[in-house]
Amino acid sequence: MERIPILKMGPFLLVTIQIDLYDRLALTLENDLINMVSQTGARGVLIDISTVSIVDSFMGRILGNIASMSRIMDAETVVVGMQPAVAITLVELGLTLQGVYTALNVEKGMELLNTKLGDNLELDDDEEEDQDDRND
Amino acid sequence: MNTTAQVLEKNKERILEKWMQNQLSDAALRDDLMTNDELQRQSREMLDGLLRAVSKGNYDNIYDTDFEQVTDTLRDISITRARQGFSPRETGAYVLSLKQSVIEVLVEQRQDDTSMLYREIMQLNTLLDNLSILTFETFIKGREEVILRQTDEISEISTPVIRVWDGILALPIIGTLDSARTQVVMENLLQEIVNTGSNIAILDISGVPAVDSLVAQHLIKTVSATRLMGAECIISGIRAEIAQTIVHLGIDLSNIKTKASLASALHLAFSMTNLEVRRTERHKGPKLMR
Repeated sequence: MERIPILKMGPFLLVTIQIDLYDRLALTLENDLINMVSQTGARGVLIDISTVSIVDSFMGRILGNIASMSRIMDAETVVVGMQPAVAITLVELGLTLQGVYTALNVEKGMELLNTKLGDNLELDDDEEEDQDDRND
Repeated sequence: MNTTAQVLEKNKERILEKWMQNQLSDAALRDDLMTNDELQRQSREMLDGLLRAVSKGNYDNIYDTDFEQVTDTLRDISITRARQGFSPRETGAYVLSLKQSVIEVLVEQRQDDTSMLYREIMQLNTLLDNLSILTFETFIKGREEVILRQTDEISEISTPVIRVWDGILALPIIGTLDSARTQVVMENLLQEIVNTGSNIAILDISGVPAVDSLVAQHLIKTVSATRLMGAECIISGIRAEIAQTIVHLGIDLSNIKTKASLASALHLAFSMTNLEVRRTERHKGPKLMR
């Protein structure tokens, strides 16, 4: 059975969807991705859909689901490279993907994840300052 | 006893002459738009066709094949005149003045037989009235085509996407926003975002005369689509009346960034991209000039 590869890059997971998603494949991806987040403790998920030309409401919902699930597991989701036609279709379907971050391309998506993560890390650093000192 | 068609055929030149006279004597004739030779040629062609059709005894059905040549010529003339900017009066007068000259000639020829004359005139009257209705229909159709073409052109040229800064696009919308236009605006904007890799798009609606719930819906759609692409959208140019209407209609724009003017939207865009515009120190200017 076909599977979409999930790449680990530092604290992030990278998914590039290069074929048109059919329902079962999308469900498998959702499952694999969430398992992967839990296994690796990833802090961000980047989904590249720049070569996807067809979406339906199901696919829109899956993307929303992935984002919500990752959020609970403390990972941000960024969807990058959406085609204009795809964006128009999703809006017409009434799916605005609330809670999903978007970026124009992978580069900008990574940047966005880094800033999000950076903000969080700063907060963590403040809390863990005392501990760090002790370790030194 | 001559038939009507024969009488008319015999006096063709006279009818044509009278017809030309009638047309030329009309003070409203625009001889700057068409030469007299051209008019004469058109009129002769038209009269030839008409007489041929009448000689077959057809006075009623102008959509018959007998009249094909006449109606074709007439449609041609109407459409051309509509495009050239003739007034409806001039175009209508073209056929109506033919009626006048035909009747004048018939009256001359049939002085001895009044009942025959009456019947002939009634027949020709109906026929030429039908032809003038056809002229009008075609004339108006021609004008409508012109209007449609202009509408298309306007909607095409009125959605320019301007690159105001690196990574900042502006799209001034002028005129009413309907569904078809929103589609064009949205497609242009999204395509340009992809082409330039811009992060921020400013939608300026200061040229939109009125915003109702449908227009607001369209705007919200455009903003959502831009967000899905990974860019941020700012709506600017919201006038006092528009703000009032939006609030009265109960439209929620709270999750969209809105600004009163394009300048303040650009300011916001700069601060979102961590840019700063500063005045240079004054004494440095002249030094550079030297």
